[in-house]
Amino acid sequence: MDPGTIVAGILTIAILSFLYGDNPVYKMAETLLVGVSMGYVLVITWTNTLMAVLFKPLFVESQLWLVIPLIFGLFMFGRFHKSTSFLSRYSMAVLIGSGAGVAIPAMLGARTLRQMTATVEMVQGDSFMMIFSGMVVVVGLFSTLSYFYFSREHEGIMGRSARVGTYFLMIFFGTTFGYTVMSRVSTFIGRMDFLLSDFLHLTN
Amino acid sequence: MARLFPQIICGFFGVVLFVLYFLKAPSAKSLYLTITSDYWQIIFAFALLVGVASFIRVNIKKLSKLSESPYVITGLLGLFAMPVMALLWGIKGDSPFMWVFENVQVPLQATVFALLAFFVASASLRGFKARSLPATILLVSALIALLSRSDIFGWFGNSALEFSEWVRSYPSMSARRGILIGIGLGSVTTSLRVILGIERTWLGKDR
Repeated sequence: MDPGTIVAGILTIAILSFLYGDNPVYKMAETLLVGVSMGYVLVITWTNTLMAVLFKPLFVESQLWLVIPLIFGLFMFGRFHKSTSFLSRYSMAVLIGSGAGVAIPAMLGARTLRQMTATVEMVQGDSFMMIFSGMVVVVGLFSTLSYFYFSREHEGIMGRSARVGTYFLMIFFGTTFGYTVMSRVSTFIGRMDFLLSDFLHLTN
Repeated sequence: MARLFPQIICGFFGVVLFVLYFLKAPSAKSLYLTITSDYWQIIFAFALLVGVASFIRVNIKKLSKLSESPYVITGLLGLFAMPVMALLWGIKGDSPFMWVFENVQVPLQATVFALLAFFVASASLRGFKARSLPATILLVSALIALLSRSDIFGWFGNSALEFSEWVRSYPSMSARRGILIGIGLGSVTTSLRVILGIERTWLGKDR
């Protein structure tokens, strides 16, 4: 048998042993996963970001403007000492400030205006079913939004709308839950298929 | 001063990026891309290095505890083995680095992910009770989503599958859109508060 399959099979059983209860074998496999994942991300980040985007362009191609993100990046290490911890705030300031500047137009465009446009477009269907479905979406959207509107008390029309919004939210949570369970179960079937066919050769 | 200068830098970058988004000049577009791609990538990479260093520091402290030490050693071994293998043999498709990735990391990750199926199932068994109308709607829509792909729904032919698709594409999506619009408006408000210096929690406490 391929050594890779043996290692993968043993580790799969080690993780599944948690179903019996928390045990040292599971804990060992779990910490191995944390360590290996971190090592993998470290290597990939070093190769694809630090070498490809920073060190090579800066030191080989002399793109001197890269000194600025390098300095901000190095400031991050200031967190390890009390006297230098304030330095990491400068790096965070760049990330949070630029993130906020990008978020305003991007969020207004993609998350708000485009969603509203798509909702209005749905009502313009060419069959009764499409128009009905579009109306359902409009009612669902406005009632959901009224549920999240806290500047006015949920009484009268507002209260009824918010209650309808709750029903739509429950439909959303229910379907999302259902699809999440399905994806988890299909992954589990995949692992069991690997264990029973590739590792233990019990099935074809 | 330790808080004021970061706030000024934050506001400056916020305003600059906001303005750059709307400018059509190639130099403006290039600067926008440089900051959102290169600057972010590089600072995030250093943040990751800080995280790794912190992980090593915390685990070395734990080494003195005899009950914890086997796990700490396993974790650290995994962490150090990957860069060492990458240094010695590279990271190409047939390298030991990729072998560990494919035969250790991928199966472990997939099994941990699959394990959640049991916890989700047991939690839903305990929590899913049709005590009220919203709870019943939640239960029914979850059942529709789950059963739509099963043989039980197959008895009803295509119409059952079409109905489950309709629920997902219209009533469910309308609530999703409401949440997305809420997130969008909330993000805009928070971003404005950050740029204007009203929201300062990201600065943390003075140590």
